[in-house]
Amino acid sequence: MNQPGFFELMSFGPGGWGAAMLFGALMTLAVAVCGFAIGAVFGAVAALAKIAGNRLARIVADVYTTVLRGIPDLLVIYLFYFGGSSVLTAAGRLFGSEGFIGLPGFAAGALAIGVVSGAQHTEVFRGAYRAVQPGEIEAAVACGMRPLLRFRRIIAPLVLRHALPGLGNVWQIVLKESALVSVTGTVELLRQSQVGAGSTREPFYFYAAAGLLYLAITSISGFGFRRAEMHYRRGVARRPA
Amino acid sequence: MSLDFFIEALQRLLPGVPLTLTLAFLSTGIGAVFAFALAGMRLSGILPLDWLARGYVFVFRGTPLLVQIFIIYYGLSQFPEVRHSFAWPILREPFWCAIIALSLNTGAYASEVVRGGLLSVPQGQLEAARACGMSGLLLFRRIVLPLAIRQALPAYGTELILMVKATSLASIITLMEITGLAAKMISDTYRVIEVFVVAGAIYLVINFVLTRIILLAEHWLTPHLRARPDGVVLPSDALIGDRA
Repeated sequence: MNQPGFFELMSFGPGGWGAAMLFGALMTLAVAVCGFAIGAVFGAVAALAKIAGNRLARIVADVYTTVLRGIPDLLVIYLFYFGGSSVLTAAGRLFGSEGFIGLPGFAAGALAIGVVSGAQHTEVFRGAYRAVQPGEIEAAVACGMRPLLRFRRIIAPLVLRHALPGLGNVWQIVLKESALVSVTGTVELLRQSQVGAGSTREPFYFYAAAGLLYLAITSISGFGFRRAEMHYRRGVARRPA
Repeated sequence: MSLDFFIEALQRLLPGVPLTLTLAFLSTGIGAVFAFALAGMRLSGILPLDWLARGYVFVFRGTPLLVQIFIIYYGLSQFPEVRHSFAWPILREPFWCAIIALSLNTGAYASEVVRGGLLSVPQGQLEAARACGMSGLLLFRRIVLPLAIRQALPAYGTELILMVKATSLASIITLMEITGLAAKMISDTYRVIEVFVVAGAIYLVINFVLTRIILLAEHWLTPHLRARPDGVVLPSDALIGDRA
């Protein structure tokens, strides 16, 4: 019996799974980018609530971050995947539609990852805001900048610079979490390898290939984040003596 | 939403707690051994060992835990050599595969925590111990290890919480811990939100209790940072002068 080897299986020719796996990796990136972006929005709002909100807003934001950091991500994905469909179906019934409306796995997964990573974003943004020197904000006030202008010109750039290392960590976590979205049937990298493993009965090669692709994505993006950090710190970094 | 359903959900999900805790504690314990071994390799100063440990940490931190679980549970069975080896009775069981994957994974993360702790031991303490005539294992056991553990404890506590959350992935390879039972109950009843609330609450309670225990251990291990009860005067106070 002639079993195909690892490189034959992952080739791009006929019968090779290389293209499918690369497409899966692109899908993984898409899920992670969407989740990260949604998380950044949640994080920015919750951080704003924690920094400048009234008592109620602070309590809501605290509950949000505490709860989301104490619950497994998989559970949250189940909630959005199964719960999202039942909410949509109920809403559809309200508008007179019969039958089941499913929330696509991609949307549910990205939303769930966004909500989970939003809790981490919150702490990153809050820490970064606290690292901004009060004098810089006072100077902006003294120059007569109104709050929105101050935010756009002074606070946002400074917060982003301080937040960049933390955001890099969150991105790595989000990237690895995106593998959980495979439970919704979204054909990202891990789901694609499950499909391949099932049809060729060579699970080790497929999961090893998936692992290598994840490793490539995490190390390339980690490198990118380090470069960005160096770039945005170039005016303030201590020079090596 | 009814109270009866919440009680029923609680009754169905609570039996998953022992499995969740077993997975979390057993793999954190085994992982701690890996972590110490890896940190030792990193700090050994022997280049091949150092690079081996770096490579291990890079691979296990750069890939999703679920992929690691799949490689061990589904992947290894591809090879007839594995299926006919002495290890097959272990590698056949989803429980042990989950334990192996979780331990290897947490070992990589925790090795950095342990390394930080070991590096934080001040040089002066080591010099003092050497001056007292300690060396090798005795110095490690009496001076380095206690100080390193104290330093690493908060970060290790975080790792333990992350492990409790990570055990939920074991449900994907058929283990019926809390998340597995919750997923089954969701597909039985279609009452997603109620089941989620109950399962989430169980995890929150577990993690809350664990955080308290870790804080308590931290308090116990750092007597020098606590406020002294009134009236207690240490001999060192006389030397330093007035210390509030």
